[in-house]
Amino acid sequence: MIAPTTEADLAAAVASADGPLRVLGGGTRPVGRPVAGTPLSAAALSGVELYEPGALTLVVRAGTPLAEVEDVLAAENQRLPFEPMDHRALLGTEGTPTIGGVVAANVSGPRRVQAGACRDFLLGVRFVDGTGTVVKNGGRVMKNVTGYDLVKLMAGSWGTLGVLTEVSLKVLAGPEAEATLVARGLNDAEAVAALCRALGTPFDVSGAAHLGDGVADGPRTQVRVEGMASSVVYRVERLLAELPGFVAVEGAESAKLWREVRDVTPFAGEAGAVWRVSVKPTDGPALTAALRAAGLAHRALYDWGGGLVWLLVPEDGDAGAGAVRDAVAARGGHATLVRASEAVRAEVPVFQPEPGPLAAIGAGLRARFDPRGILNPGLMA
Amino acid sequence: MDMPDPRAAVLSKKANLVERLQAVLPADAVIHEAQEVLAYECDALTAYRCPPLAAVLPSSTEEVAAVLRICHEEGVPVVPRGSGTSLAGGALPTADSVILGVARLTEVLETDYDNRFIRVQAGRTNLSVTGAVEADDFFYAPDPSSQLACAIAGNIGMNSGGAHCLKYGVTTNNLLGVTAVMMDGTVVEIGGAHLDAGGLDLLGLICGSEGQLALVTEATLRILRKPEGARPVLMGYNSSEVAGRVVSEIIKAGILPVAIEFMDRPCIRATEDFAGAGYPDCEALLIVEVEGSDAEIDAQLGVILQIARKHDPVAIRESESAEESARIWLGRKSAFGAMGQINDYMCLDGTIPVDKLPEVLRRTAEMAAGYGLEVANVFHAGDGNMHPLILFDANAPGELEKCEALGADILRLCVEVGGCLTGEHGVGVEKRDLMSDQFAPEDMEAQMRVKDVFDSAWLLNPAKVFPLAVSAARRAA
Ligand SMILES: Cc1cc2nc3c(=O)[nH]c(=O)nc-3n(C[C@H](O)[C@H](O)[C@H](O)COP(=O)(O)OP(=O)(O)OC[C@H]3O[C@@H](n4cnc5c(N)ncnc54)[C@H](O)[C@@H]3O)c2cc1C
Repeated sequence: MIAPTTEADLAAAVASADGPLRVLGGGTRPVGRPVAGTPLSAAALSGVELYEPGALTLVVRAGTPLAEVEDVLAAENQRLPFEPMDHRALLGTEGTPTIGGVVAANVSGPRRVQAGACRDFLLGVRFVDGTGTVVKNGGRVMKNVTGYDLVKLMAGSWGTLGVLTEVSLKVLAGPEAEATLVARGLNDAEAVAALCRALGTPFDVSGAAHLGDGVADGPRTQVRVEGMASSVVYRVERLLAELPGFVAVEGAESAKLWREVRDVTPFAGEAGAVWRVSVKPTDGPALTAALRAAGLAHRALYDWGGGLVWLLVPEDGDAGAGAVRDAVAARGGHATLVRASEAVRAEVPVFQPEPGPLAAIGAGLRARFDPRGILNPGLMA
Repeated sequence: MDMPDPRAAVLSKKANLVERLQAVLPADAVIHEAQEVLAYECDALTAYRCPPLAAVLPSSTEEVAAVLRICHEEGVPVVPRGSGTSLAGGALPTADSVILGVARLTEVLETDYDNRFIRVQAGRTNLSVTGAVEADDFFYAPDPSSQLACAIAGNIGMNSGGAHCLKYGVTTNNLLGVTAVMMDGTVVEIGGAHLDAGGLDLLGLICGSEGQLALVTEATLRILRKPEGARPVLMGYNSSEVAGRVVSEIIKAGILPVAIEFMDRPCIRATEDFAGAGYPDCEALLIVEVEGSDAEIDAQLGVILQIARKHDPVAIRESESAEESARIWLGRKSAFGAMGQINDYMCLDGTIPVDKLPEVLRRTAEMAAGYGLEVANVFHAGDGNMHPLILFDANAPGELEKCEALGADILRLCVEVGGCLTGEHGVGVEKRDLMSDQFAPEDMEAQMRVKDVFDSAWLLNPAKVFPLAVSAARRAA
């Protein structure tokens, strides 16, 4: 394993590499096409470079453990607004997730519906491309349209365009209070209709999820509000009036419900493959109904108002790939195979296959940023 | 400011090109007479003008694709144009280019309140997107001051911001999908009504690419339910340091106002003469607006005022009514008009880390004095997006050049303190030659490689964003 301690050493390691590199942060997640290659870890590039709570900006080296980032922010009562998940339970892995790994995967949790995704809070990046050249883009300020937005391109590029060495992020204050409205026993369609209603109110809903029938503790439908204590009380009251059959829970009890959704804990320790599907919210229940009709047994957990569907399916054959991808193609969206054995991931495309012209652009970008094809080759293919 | 020499080979085949364009578009959609193309000779950066070879106004994605295919085959540069309100010269043509205007693509294609999105043709104006949903109490959040005129196409081109972006983000944070046409005529669909387009983030790349990667014809935009109410408070301070400290304490207190606007004394005086909003005569004025129900607004303003009062304000003005709120905003909203009244002005757009505000204001004033020019400041303080307005007399010989030199110095200062050249207006031609002050050659090389992938012949808006010397080899190839 190569584990450089400086950006310059990392650049030199990439420049002098004579074969494929498997890019790692904490190395906690075996996702994507299995990559053969020399492990190259960014974990030793660690530490906070700059933190300005009054400007809501944080600049950290890419290998900094996510937990350390969260602790630094919590000391000032701030947080990463996009609520990155801890996938260790779901994937059954151990280790220390890094902020670079989070950015490389563009990981966003339940608050994505209100606040935005990881990429929306990423202000700047430094990375080493496949030739060993250090490139910077964006910066540490919140508004920046100077040149092309390679910052967004790097978010969710899974280490295939470059190795991140430093990221700067916009952070936000943590709320004074939170509360969750909960309903039991709704079917998927009723639940998503209620979630859409909640998200269409002026009450700034920051989480809208449904654990379907068959999911541990399901069916459970939940809607979150966060903010100043008096405002949370007010909005809970107004939302209860809009959503008959819901009851409110507060504080730690509310937070626990969202950790379960964020980390998809109901599927942790359950046998089977896990898909993560993004569709428009009202298509969520239609999609799972189509899967049932196609004979694919599954359990579903809906986040993002119904638009993010986590599916637990039996891990035989193609792990449901045919049925899932057909159902997604019929509606628009994309499906990623998040958990499956290496054997399945080697056979089934892990990421949604793209139409020809988009695939060509993606391949073109990889060829330009990594002309030798050594960074996580094949991972996104 | 230089532009590349027009390609003689293109100029000489104008007649043939026009004929080919007329074959795929209705007669009135191909504008080529010398008098008529003058309408497209500039955008809102009026100091630079050049009539294009021709302008076309297609009415569908298919027509756009047909035009691009022809221009691609003929090797003719194409400059995409929305409403031409760019302040950076983004839509400025060259004599050998075809302006492709999306002004006829204005339809609403789909409105979906359950899923909270609207799909529109890209030529639709920003304000009329909100107009299409406001009867149902929804809105489209990014709101550039030019929103009555500017098009979604141009907003995507420049990744435009607005007064409310501190809370709601800029265009890229509210864009879910696009239909776009590549220079060779290939139509691509990226993203859609679902969150987070799959694959690499091409949507994020196209947004803010200043018409250099692909021509956007349709957009899926996130819409939001209107807040129950909004209310501003105004406060005045005798130093910009103190006002800057107030801004960062408000942010640290965990309140996220929708807007925090800042005006300095020269700006306050000018707007007072013009609009008479009754602003206090002070060094630094802040307008902070929050949203919610009445009680929620009271609670947030309570925290804000507590911070404000700690710092010895010259004045604090709260609002008890819609009229009072309007009067608080009156001066701010007429700031640009007021400046235009006293003088010609050039509006800069650099962004700085908010803690550098006092330093940047002080050094800007010193630099301005050195040039014998006056600068007034009005800007979005919450996110550090400065708008220094340099006042000058366009009729006095040499003043424009002096003004541009000062502008460049101010933008270099923004970069020096950790900020950037442009927060929302874009690079265009205006800041093109300053890119080397912000980016190392390899940083620009990485960006140009992206254009190579989308537009290998460098025909889409080729003379923008990158310094001409830096892009020369690619444009010539
Ligand atoms: C008075 C005034 C106030 C302003 N206030 C603000 C403000 O508050 N915030 C702000 O951000 N900006 C502001 N602007 C700047 C300007 O309005 C924005 O940049 C706006 O988004 C431009 O839109 P447009 O339709 O006029 O685009 P144009 O000026 O026509 O084009 C802008 C850029 O987008 C490209 N483009 C146009 N159409 C397409 C397309 N279909 N596909 C791909 N690329 C395309 C062009 O090539 C060009 O590079 C202001 C301008 C004025 C004159």
